[in-house]
Amino acid sequence: MALVNHFKKFSRSVLNIASNYSKYTSNTMLPFLQTTRGASTTQQLSEKQEVNVTFVRANGERIKAKGKVGDTILDIVVNNEIDLDGYGACEGTLTCSTCHLIFSKEVYDALPNEPTDEELDMLDLAYELTDTSRLGCQIVMTKKLDGIEVRVPSTINDARA
Amino acid sequence: MQLAEIYNYIRSFSTQHIVPKVCIIGAGPAGFYAAQQLLKTSSNIKVDILEKLPVPYGLVRFGVAPDHPEVKNVIHTFEKTASNPRFQFIGNVNVGKDVTIKELQEIYHAVLLTYGAEEDKLLNIPGENLNNVISGRRFVGWYNGVPADSNLNINLDVEEAVILGQGNVAIDIARILLTPVDKLRNTDITSFALEKLSKSKIRKVSLIGRRGPLQAAFTIAELREILKLDGCKTCWRVDDFTNVNQVVNTLARPRKRLTTLMLKYLEETSSDTEATTKRLYPIFLRSPVEFLGSNTVHSIKLSVNSLEGNDVFTQFAVSTGLFEEIECGLAFRSIGYKSVQIDASIPFDIKIGRVKNIAGKVQDKLYAAGWVATGPVGVILSTMTNAFQIGTLMNKELPITENKPGFVGLSKILAQKGIPIVLYNDWKKIDKLECERGKILGKPREKIVDINEMLEIALK
Ligand SMILES: Cc1cc2nc3c(=O)[nH]c(=O)nc-3n(C[C@H](O)[C@H](O)[C@H](O)COP(=O)(O)OP(=O)(O)OC[C@H]3O[C@@H](n4cnc5c(N)ncnc54)[C@H](O)[C@@H]3O)c2cc1C
Ligand code: FES
Repeated sequence: MALVNHFKKFSRSVLNIASNYSKYTSNTMLPFLQTTRGASTTQQLSEKQEVNVTFVRANGERIKAKGKVGDTILDIVVNNEIDLDGYGACEGTLTCSTCHLIFSKEVYDALPNEPTDEELDMLDLAYELTDTSRLGCQIVMTKKLDGIEVRVPSTINDARA
Repeated sequence: MQLAEIYNYIRSFSTQHIVPKVCIIGAGPAGFYAAQQLLKTSSNIKVDILEKLPVPYGLVRFGVAPDHPEVKNVIHTFEKTASNPRFQFIGNVNVGKDVTIKELQEIYHAVLLTYGAEEDKLLNIPGENLNNVISGRRFVGWYNGVPADSNLNINLDVEEAVILGQGNVAIDIARILLTPVDKLRNTDITSFALEKLSKSKIRKVSLIGRRGPLQAAFTIAELREILKLDGCKTCWRVDDFTNVNQVVNTLARPRKRLTTLMLKYLEETSSDTEATTKRLYPIFLRSPVEFLGSNTVHSIKLSVNSLEGNDVFTQFAVSTGLFEEIECGLAFRSIGYKSVQIDASIPFDIKIGRVKNIAGKVQDKLYAAGWVATGPVGVILSTMTNAFQIGTLMNKELPITENKPGFVGLSKILAQKGIPIVLYNDWKKIDKLECERGKILGKPREKIVDINEMLEIALK
């Protein structure tokens, strides 16, 4: 399992590098654009990279957060210092299930990657498991997911209230 | 100002100056998570966490398997809590002996028990005291560096071992015995355990449970890992699975996935021909009756069980009157942990081995969380959820009508008795040295297992 995780982390970091790299090349390959409309190009590009997630607690409280394409939802929670104590205890290594989130059926079906056996194994230990549950550390944000809403399970939420 | 107003003013002024002080007993996950919650929900509370050993983190350090380092990432959260100026770790204090609960209740506004479950349940069958009948808890302590278990007398110069119990701890033990030893070399396993395991002759491990596959206690992640273990084959008993196929689709998802995984591998068992690999034999519907042997165990007698009751989850095992004997030069008892009553004033249920409490409340100003309160079940997630809940409850009920001395009072008591304390920065010295020693060996850390040595380093 450790190996699988290493591989995942590795491939994720490669993906991140790749997306940064392509941003870099597109800017340098178009020098004339850069001089004339450079500012707006970068702006467009960074806008394109940005994604929004709204976390909804069981008590209805909504927390909006921003992240980048390629971030996991766990990254977004951590980078925005969102107040969900205990969330992501194992830091995305698929060994804790504290990053459990519940999606609407629509969003769940649109998620880019299917859960692996290992993710489902950890989910099976989560409280309030639903058919549209996932682990936030395994969901990598894409442009298509911009603006999604995710529900934070209430068991944990109540404990944290 | 009216007299009443002045009085109110003085009262509110003085309560503002009362800092609530809470004492937590046991620096495992329950203690740290409860501290985190208390510090968050109150802006001026002070939290002291007392720990018997000079080192923190309880079973995260001493239970979680060395080949599961990812699980230990929770320590980063605990380190963050420890950096809060209103928090204090006070190690090397054995509560119940060095200081009593009553004394602590006098100097703190509230006391929280999070001292875990440190003993294992006994089988209470003949032969349990034979050589090489080993407490699973102590075996775990031995490879994980629990000071009291470093001298465990175990002989791995045998081929067949049995483990009584099928929980995740039992699986951990089986995996440590069956894993190619080279895979353990770069973990934080103790060097003496590694040395002994590298010479182990164990080839066959049986994992024995009273009830059937539908009641199996291990979780799916641990099972899947051992099914995929290098150089090891898991061999199921087809007979154990009679009728399981019929029920599998009626089960809730976690149980269904676990059962389906077993059934999948069951099919592979029958087509197995290799003879060279190590083997794991999960065996259901057997209860230990007697360990056989003159000085040292050589086999175990098991009663053959059947299940009674209609509901799959509450079905219980009854003996059929038939018996089976399995050869084993080594046997582990791994049927669960239990807590001890560390202080006579703690209301305690000796029979089930846990502090008497209702939803975390023991009595006025005394609370319990984690394994000492819930019993020794569940993973860190469940311990965390429980500890957050109790932390919230405590904060709601905190009485702050008078000042209490807290740490100042505690230091006096301990100084009078000549007990040296290890603060968090002192532990960091131990931590640093352990990591340095580990680095030389290509491991994340080499744990120090001698309490005197720990104290020497910490108090230098
Ligand atoms: C072998 C094993 C492996 C495990 N592996 C995993 C895993 O991989 N993943 C997972 O999620 N969970 C795992 N768990 C479960 C997890 O360890 C528990 O959920 C959790 O540790 C319980 O926390 P606790 O704080 O209640 O108890 P503990 O962790 O036991 O902490 C209790 C603390 O109290 C201290 N103490 C005891 N007596 C006194 C005293 N008299 N005075 C002062 N202090 C005292 C102890 O030294 C200890 O530090 C495992 C458990 C075991 C036994
Ligand atoms: S952070 Fe632990 S499983 Fe996702």
